[in-house]
Amino acid sequence: MIRLKNGIIYDPKNNKSAVKEDIWIKNEKIVSKPSAEEIESAKNQGSYQEIDLKEKIVMPGGVDIHAHIAGPKINTGRVLRPEDHRHDNVPKKGGLRSGVGSTVPTSYVTGYRYSLMGYTTVMEAAGPPMKARHIHEEFGGLPFIDKGFLVLSGNNYFVLKFIKEKNKKALKDYLAWLINVTGAFGLKVVNPGGVEAWKEGKRLRGIEEKGTHFNLSPREILLALAEANDELGLPHPVHIHTNDLGSPGNYKTTISTLDLLKDYRKHITHIQFSSYGLNEESKIKFVSAADQIAEKVNNDDKLTVDIGQIVFGEVTTMTADGILEYNLHKLTGSKWVNTDVEMETGSGIVPMNYKKKNLINGIQWAIGLELFLKIDDPWKVFLTTDHPNAGPFTAYPWIIKLLMSRDYRLKMISEMHNKLGNYTDIAELEREYSLDEIAVITRSGPARALGLANKGHIGVGADADITVYSRLESKDKIAEVFAHPEIVIKSGKIIVEDGKLVEKLREGKTLVARPDYDKNISEIIGEDFKNYYSISIENYPVSDSYFNNLEVIPCS
Amino acid sequence: MNEESKTYQNIICTFCGALCDDIEIKVKNNKIENIKNACAISRKKYEHAQKDRTVPQIKGKEVKYNKAVSAAAEILSSSRNPLIYGLSSTTAEAQKAAVELAEKCGANIDSTSSVCHGPGTLAKQLVGMVSATLGEVKNRSDMMIFWGANPVEAHPNHAKRYSILSQGMYRKNRKDREIIVFDVRKTPTAKLADHFFQVKPNSDFEILMALQMLVSGRTPTSEDGRIGGIELVKLKDLAEKMKKVKYGSVFYGMGLTMSRGKYMNTWAAMSLVRNLNDYGRFVMIPMRGHGNVAGSEITMAWQTGYPFAVNFSRNYPRYNPGEFSAVDLLARREVDAAFIIASDPAASLPHEAAEYLKKIPTIVLDPHWNLTTEIADVVIPSAVKGIGASGTVYRMDHVPLQLRKFLDDSWPDDASAVSRIGELIEND
Ligand code: SF4
Ligand SMILES: [Zn+2]
Repeated sequence: MIRLKNGIIYDPKNNKSAVKEDIWIKNEKIVSKPSAEEIESAKNQGSYQEIDLKEKIVMPGGVDIHAHIAGPKINTGRVLRPEDHRHDNVPKKGGLRSGVGSTVPTSYVTGYRYSLMGYTTVMEAAGPPMKARHIHEEFGGLPFIDKGFLVLSGNNYFVLKFIKEKNKKALKDYLAWLINVTGAFGLKVVNPGGVEAWKEGKRLRGIEEKGTHFNLSPREILLALAEANDELGLPHPVHIHTNDLGSPGNYKTTISTLDLLKDYRKHITHIQFSSYGLNEESKIKFVSAADQIAEKVNNDDKLTVDIGQIVFGEVTTMTADGILEYNLHKLTGSKWVNTDVEMETGSGIVPMNYKKKNLINGIQWAIGLELFLKIDDPWKVFLTTDHPNAGPFTAYPWIIKLLMSRDYRLKMISEMHNKLGNYTDIAELEREYSLDEIAVITRSGPARALGLANKGHIGVGADADITVYSRLESKDKIAEVFAHPEIVIKSGKIIVEDGKLVEKLREGKTLVARPDYDKNISEIIGEDFKNYYSISIENYPVSDSYFNNLEVIPCS
Repeated sequence: MNEESKTYQNIICTFCGALCDDIEIKVKNNKIENIKNACAISRKKYEHAQKDRTVPQIKGKEVKYNKAVSAAAEILSSSRNPLIYGLSSTTAEAQKAAVELAEKCGANIDSTSSVCHGPGTLAKQLVGMVSATLGEVKNRSDMMIFWGANPVEAHPNHAKRYSILSQGMYRKNRKDREIIVFDVRKTPTAKLADHFFQVKPNSDFEILMALQMLVSGRTPTSEDGRIGGIELVKLKDLAEKMKKVKYGSVFYGMGLTMSRGKYMNTWAAMSLVRNLNDYGRFVMIPMRGHGNVAGSEITMAWQTGYPFAVNFSRNYPRYNPGEFSAVDLLARREVDAAFIIASDPAASLPHEAAEYLKKIPTIVLDPHWNLTTEIADVVIPSAVKGIGASGTVYRMDHVPLQLRKFLDDSWPDDASAVSRIGELIEND
């Protein structure tokens, strides 16, 4: 039993803003104040601990709705880039394993660094179903945090086939089966139709064009998946990486996508990459379309987004959007990995460097911030860097500082390209995020969008995932405060004390959904599976032996 | 005892990197009675799997299992600079435990990768690699090029399941594909090909560079009209064809990665394949030999950040092929003890390196006797993976599969042996 007293609580879900209150923890949960007898008996058993937080900031543990932290892509990124980790060595210490960091850290170091930043739940953003077993293997060595993964489904053979056949039942059953057998948490859709087109050596633009094997438009795929996702009652809405991501003028595709899905729940991820305008007159042809996108977000109550904020410096881009990585490779000349996964998806990796002085990179940076500042409701917009695509997750505290301090933004802008003002109005925006709003975009909002009722808040019944930050004495200190919380509690256990990790590995939970389905589906897909996959369907499901600590998040 | 026989379907064969997962095995009285769908290599290996099994030994004398394990722990904990080597024929679970053990002992850890496909990985770190899973190639590839790879002999079911003779979605059979072989000799695979290009030994690099030039519209110079033994006009033809196919594929073997030029050869092949994606699609896949050599790179990478040749003497992983690779450490006599996991370096490493193993305390963990067990100070037996032991393995294209044991074995598996040694060192 732990009593946290004298903390200043920011718990937006429970409408607590800077409230001084006790928090009680028993086992893995937050509880109401125990009775005097209970407290007494805990004291007698020596299991009572009282921590005086001395008016420090208390928030729920951070929740990252989209990052690439485990599985074949990030791991190939590790192999590809010894130069990335050479200078960021993490020695073993006590019970903590060693590793390396930088943009594609090893699994242990990923767990350490999220924990040290006060984050306790992270969603791996894109898993190829056929390699799901690999993700779970790494999850077993990704300490402290709770994690799950979104399974790629927007270019899947059976998905496309059932959509083509207008067989809604089979589509739903198949998706539910896929989530079950891969141990996934939700559905990810990446450039629907476009990745299959890339494998066929074609290109699709917008969401109307048809042209791949099943002759479906992205429109048809998006609509069917959003509908199936809602009907399955999955905790998290369909998680979409839009078509045309990364290309100038793509905001129109994003807007058509939002119009198309106006009646469905949806999460658009790293929307910064999908908010690009096209200006034929300008030499760089590229301009912010954050206004148009923010307006859409402000008027859609079934929509949430995360930003994918650009951070200047080294990144390792990686996505299931194979053709996007090909384009990035052509643009930068950097080394390029592509892996096509049969029947399911593609993927690619290209290292990059976002430069402060580069005008295009500057505009991308500004678009992300514009969106943060122009989307009115913080419950709709979440902090991500699409780690390690737009920046490493370890940069979050500095992004928080940009959001909370206009002075800091202006200082950054003064160091950037002097023409930046022609393409974005970022310098004029006066809004500054409050601590409550920061709590929303870094924990309460993403937890709600993920459908994790026990996360993102510190009400009674919540998971005891809690972060304690030092008092914010001046705006200069924002980044330091958020980079180094003093105490982090995960599932009721202290994992960070005095800003340091406890020297003992703990395994967090793997979060999965288990939607129901008609068992007949494996027969229905059996013949094609046998013919066109290179493994047998019996060897496809990830068995329970890969899960040490599983939590099933209920469907509605 | 006389049990009913039981048939297991879709068993995964681990005897090469192709990891065929459609083997059917009939078991009776804890013995294999019948095997279906296995290739000749596989069949032979299954038949021998329960023969020539090791027993726990210290200095040639049979001892209790636990004694051998403790002796191994003692050797490793008193060593100043140990080497852990092998890994490519064991499960990911054992590889994981081996990395942890290496960290604990401040050891060097390296896999057989550094003497087979390691150069390919070094090349990948320079240019990246355009790849695909095997089913993708089966379904789509209209041109398959085998370069220094001879699956008909080394991966006998490969052709039928994934490549030359497979039945895919868009490429239904042999006629839908053009098969091309580059090799120094006319291999059985070459006999199945539409075109065979006989490579003058050690000139892969020149040929690949010539193809790269031809693809980009330039013509390499050659006095005798040949490059690496092949007529320039033929290469020109091929370059044109490569630009026209929809989904080309290159399977490359040790004929490419280990011939002169090593990683530069693979670098050239990777660059060529990459550039071909400006026309149609083109991918490449390494033909990995050992059943889980891909897994050794994958497991090392997520735990240490690096695929092989890692040193833990500073308590964090450092990577330097050439410095921390087993061959070099042994040849330079820098290590003072060796733990060999599921591999036979006495047979496969250069003579000098193998010779040095005799001079230092050497532990071998292996289900079967081999040349290295003969010189080992400690032998630890283990269950045969995929038969008497379960676990995770990764196919040559990084597809992970879970092995299911179907026989009871007398010995614990590799993973538990390695973990046990780690625990003993911990409690020291
Ligand atoms: S090709 Fe390789 S994996 Fe397949 S059956 Fe033969 S030895 Fe086994
Ligand atoms: Zn992403």
